[in-house]
Amino acid sequence: MLKFFVHRLLSAIPTLFILIGLAFCLIRVAPGGPFDGEKQLPPEIEANLRAAYHLDEPLYQQFGRYMLNLAQGDFGPSFQYRDFTVTELIGSGFPVSLQLGALAMILAVFFGVLAGSVAALRQNSATDYSVMATAMIGISVPNFVMAPLLILFFAVTLRWLPAGGLEGWRNLILPVVCLALPQIAYIARLTRGSMIEVLRSPFIRTARAQGLSMRRILFLHLLKPSLLPVISYLGPATAAVITGSVVIEQIFGLPGLGRFFVQGALNRDYTLVMGVVVFYGTLIIAFNFIVDVIYAWLDPRVRL
Amino acid sequence: MFVISVFLRQAALLPILFIFLLTSCGGEGPDNSDVSAVQVGGETGTEFAELQTLRVGNGVEPQTLDPHRAEGVPAANILRDLYEGLTIESPDGEIIPGVATRWETSEDGRTYTFYLREDARWSNGDPVTAADFVFGFQRSVDPETLSNYSSILEPVLNAAEIIEGVKPPEALGVKALNDFTLEISLIEPTPYLPGLLNHSTTYPVHRASVQKHGSQFARPGKLIGNGAYVLDEWAAQSHIKLIRNQYYWDDAKTIIDTVYFYPIENQDTELKRYRADELDITGDIPYPQLPWIRENLAAQLAISPYLGSYYFGFNVTRPPFENNANLRRALSLAIDREIIAEKVAGAGEIPAFGWVPPIQGYQQAVPEWADWSQSQRDAEALRLYREAGYSKDKPLTIEVLYNTSANHKRISVAIASMWKQKLGIQAKLLNQEWKVFLQTRRRMETTEVYRAGWIGDYNDAYSFAQLMHSANEMNHAGYVSTEYDALVDQAASEQDMVKRGELLTAAEQVLLEDMPIIPVYFYVSKHLVKPWVQGRQPNIMDHHYTKNLYILKH
Repeated sequence: MLKFFVHRLLSAIPTLFILIGLAFCLIRVAPGGPFDGEKQLPPEIEANLRAAYHLDEPLYQQFGRYMLNLAQGDFGPSFQYRDFTVTELIGSGFPVSLQLGALAMILAVFFGVLAGSVAALRQNSATDYSVMATAMIGISVPNFVMAPLLILFFAVTLRWLPAGGLEGWRNLILPVVCLALPQIAYIARLTRGSMIEVLRSPFIRTARAQGLSMRRILFLHLLKPSLLPVISYLGPATAAVITGSVVIEQIFGLPGLGRFFVQGALNRDYTLVMGVVVFYGTLIIAFNFIVDVIYAWLDPRVRL
Repeated sequence: MFVISVFLRQAALLPILFIFLLTSCGGEGPDNSDVSAVQVGGETGTEFAELQTLRVGNGVEPQTLDPHRAEGVPAANILRDLYEGLTIESPDGEIIPGVATRWETSEDGRTYTFYLREDARWSNGDPVTAADFVFGFQRSVDPETLSNYSSILEPVLNAAEIIEGVKPPEALGVKALNDFTLEISLIEPTPYLPGLLNHSTTYPVHRASVQKHGSQFARPGKLIGNGAYVLDEWAAQSHIKLIRNQYYWDDAKTIIDTVYFYPIENQDTELKRYRADELDITGDIPYPQLPWIRENLAAQLAISPYLGSYYFGFNVTRPPFENNANLRRALSLAIDREIIAEKVAGAGEIPAFGWVPPIQGYQQAVPEWADWSQSQRDAEALRLYREAGYSKDKPLTIEVLYNTSANHKRISVAIASMWKQKLGIQAKLLNQEWKVFLQTRRRMETTEVYRAGWIGDYNDAYSFAQLMHSANEMNHAGYVSTEYDALVDQAASEQDMVKRGELLTAAEQVLLEDMPIIPVYFYVSKHLVKPWVQGRQPNIMDHHYTKNLYILKH
């Protein structure tokens, strides 16, 4: 087990290194530079700017400098937001994205499992069909369609909720719902599928034959094995929801990390883009690592 | 297979979605934000709101609030509240005394003396002195400051040399004669100087705090300004909050207590937040929503002429447009500007036949074909096109470059189709992301026809005339005309204001003859303003100081 643990940990390091190297080169290959603006800079000022951000050095030296600073936890100053460091920007943006993602996942698991179970227990009934049809809508309607519709209805027409910005918890309701909807749908389908399968297995039949109440069967015997596929889906889904709320952050004007990332890419804010890539890269690698370790612990075959 | 199944799934959902759309729009009816239960301004119509908080949609997040390094309209909007220059503007855009109460000009127009008000204070209570301005000006042109905009100060003695790093900042022609008298020496008479002195590059900065905090001085808790407001919070990508500066010399007359600037790049999001009463003023308006806005929010629509030209440029350093003024004229004449301005843009833009927007006291140059009918212009265009050696069988093939945006696309498509229809030109449209576009346009290696826009930095025709000067690095047409350059240079050093105006008009006339650019329309500023926001007047620079505004009861 320890050998597996160390092995996985060591193999994560080159992955991260390649990621950083690729991102470092790709952002610099993109045409247009961070200091290109409508108004052109006098050559002297541009030279000074390039020197101040070390862009005048050869690429390998820039990379070395970046890695050295990174090792000390310094992401460097932002090119675009000149008074902020990238660490500060990630520090202000990530909690928002994390909050959004975590709330959306909690919502998704609760309602997804609920809807999926109801549909499975009443398989091929009207309830089942309507739940699954709704789930289909949830999966199919993209965020950028759902979000404006929800804003129009709940913020503009009914005025129950704010349309955008982040001033309090009420601002989070619509974006969280938008993020959660497709996940609820997906989890509902997963739960239903696996629960139907488990329902057909002999031990459930045995439980029924023993005269156990349906509630007892559901909570003691049915739910746990039915949720296995959902749990394995949760790892990547959580990472995807946290890192993938870009569109939602844009539409709701939320100060999340996704919005910084998109603006950073458009502005050719090299350090900000690099910072977010490294941060999210580490996060996703860590997530996968944890999942792998849990799997290995659950299933000895993986360790071989 | 997967893609197909996704398509099918979505296609099956379209009716459902459609019904959803219908119900959500149908339930809405007229926007209820303009039919509030309480009449705006109370019973008298002039009652102030108890909560004097203004919430403004403000485009993109400013790069910095350091006035000397900032650039762009969103930053300028905030800096006008945080700092005060020697001059400011009245609500209708007239240049009025700011920190300077009056000023004198020397005989030759090359020396300005400014007399500063003695009651001006920094937001920590320190007096604002002439030395602060000297420090500010010097810092602005110092190449170490990394200012993007310092070249705007080049009329000031030695500024250009300091920016180039040839002379030290102390050599700048800005001197404090005493605590409250400031002298600015200029290379050439610059009649627009007072108008320039409310630009952020000329703002004073608080010396002690700049020296103490270095590049961090413009952060909340550190920024010390001399404007009507002071920085209270800056949550990146969320909001910038300003509160009243109790030390401001005119604070007794200020009414609004708090102002929020929200960075909102997405105009649809902005419109929704405005409709949900979360914003009092929007930074812009989404073009596709204009018809809906005109129908439902017409009274809140604030559209007025803006000091900007929307144009297309020819790269005159390469064929086919090199040394081919007739061909350039043909392309310009074939564009029906009324249709572009009224039907394609449609916010009230003014069709442009010349380069310089309408500016008070400036006589715009008018090409002879301006009062022709469009069919006359088309006929002449066809004649010139044929004369240049092109025809239906041998059409001109060109590439039109624009930066990615729905509005630029619509206008480029309209123009390309006019060219195609009237002359048979094969125009290929190419759009590039902003930063890529800037680089391509600047290099002038592949461009043929490119989109551009120019917003004047100060309310003077010279701000436009100098752009096409051969020495200007923004002259992306690569246009070189000794005649044009001479006229612009002469205008720059002319002391007689009438003659100066005539020279600038003559220069514009030359430009319109040579046609290195195609003016299409003059910009308008577009905002939505809630009926309870008062004190706001349209002005050509679209500059609005929060201290002039107030909020009625609503």
